[in-house]
Amino acid sequence: MSMATMDHAGPQTGTSRIDWTPYLAGAGIGVLSWIAFAIAKDPIGVTTAYGRLAGEAAIPFLGADTVAANTYWKAAPFALDYGVLFLVGIMLGAFISAIVSGTFKIELVPEVWKAEIGTSVWKRFAYAFFGGVIIMYGARLAGGCTSGHGISGGLQLAVSSWLFLAVMFATGLIASAFLFAKKI
Amino acid sequence: MTDVFAPGSIVLALLIGAAFGALLHRGRVTSCNVIENQFRLKDYTVLKVMLTAIIVGGVGVMFLADANLAKYAVKDANLLGVALGAAIFGVGMVFYGYCPGTGLAAIATGSVHALVGALGMIVGGVLFALSFDWVKANILTVGAYGKIRLPDITGISSPVWFAGLALVAIVFFVWAERQQSR
Repeated sequence: MSMATMDHAGPQTGTSRIDWTPYLAGAGIGVLSWIAFAIAKDPIGVTTAYGRLAGEAAIPFLGADTVAANTYWKAAPFALDYGVLFLVGIMLGAFISAIVSGTFKIELVPEVWKAEIGTSVWKRFAYAFFGGVIIMYGARLAGGCTSGHGISGGLQLAVSSWLFLAVMFATGLIASAFLFAKKI
Repeated sequence: MTDVFAPGSIVLALLIGAAFGALLHRGRVTSCNVIENQFRLKDYTVLKVMLTAIIVGGVGVMFLADANLAKYAVKDANLLGVALGAAIFGVGMVFYGYCPGTGLAAIATGSVHALVGALGMIVGGVLFALSFDWVKANILTVGAYGKIRLPDITGISSPVWFAGLALVAIVFFVWAERQQSR
């Protein structure tokens, strides 16, 4: 086994290893989008609902009036509807899959980060938080994320989504080269 | 009794969401290591999952749409907004180590830093809503071509696009497997 397959498998603790090929998981997601398009009539996506969730979470800080008056949230008000429960479903499914496969594990700093950047929990949290802020801003500005644009839009051959994929991978490669640059 | 398999059904949302979350986990893209190593070009799992999903999903949805069993739901090609948003998104994905969907799934597999980033995503969502009026007036209007698809602008039909994509994907997969078994 090569190093590449060793380090993405996570800690080697005997049986607690997932051995699905990525092609099977990808094909599964493809078939799932047939169901999402044909039965739910709502393509797989994450950040549209998350943006509405943000409106609900902002009420204690901005006040209910400000949130209610906001153009964006007025057009997309919060409700425990399909989009938001889809997010709950994602967490539920991942949790069950992790428990069944014995791979559930509290992780503060991932292996690749420990090996290449450092073991500081606060530094990892700071990057994760800031990364979270800008990834959501970017997703809302672009109109979707790796799910809504990348998969659901990509499979419809949408011009917007293929532009999204190309630009997102390009800036990700550049950011990664800087973040993981070996210190001299 | 309301139909649990009707559009908008809460049961359907939980079922499809759960299947998606489980597939992301089984595809190992809920691992921050896998995502960071994709952008470091050391592990091609993310691209393998995404390309396979796009081709399998796309061919099926194309047949469903042709048979009038599904409708396309293409996002607007606001070229400036999409390009700027995607540029920020790529940097965010490397800093966060997840994308929004895999981040949520990772929380449920025990990743505390994924949870920290999900709180950041709330802040990002709030900042976008607060700047929305300006963004809508100044950015989303630039290069706005509406809901266009690659077949519309190239004159090449969807089946040909998918055949081409499949060919590229197979060549890429063979290359990636060789790379990884080295």
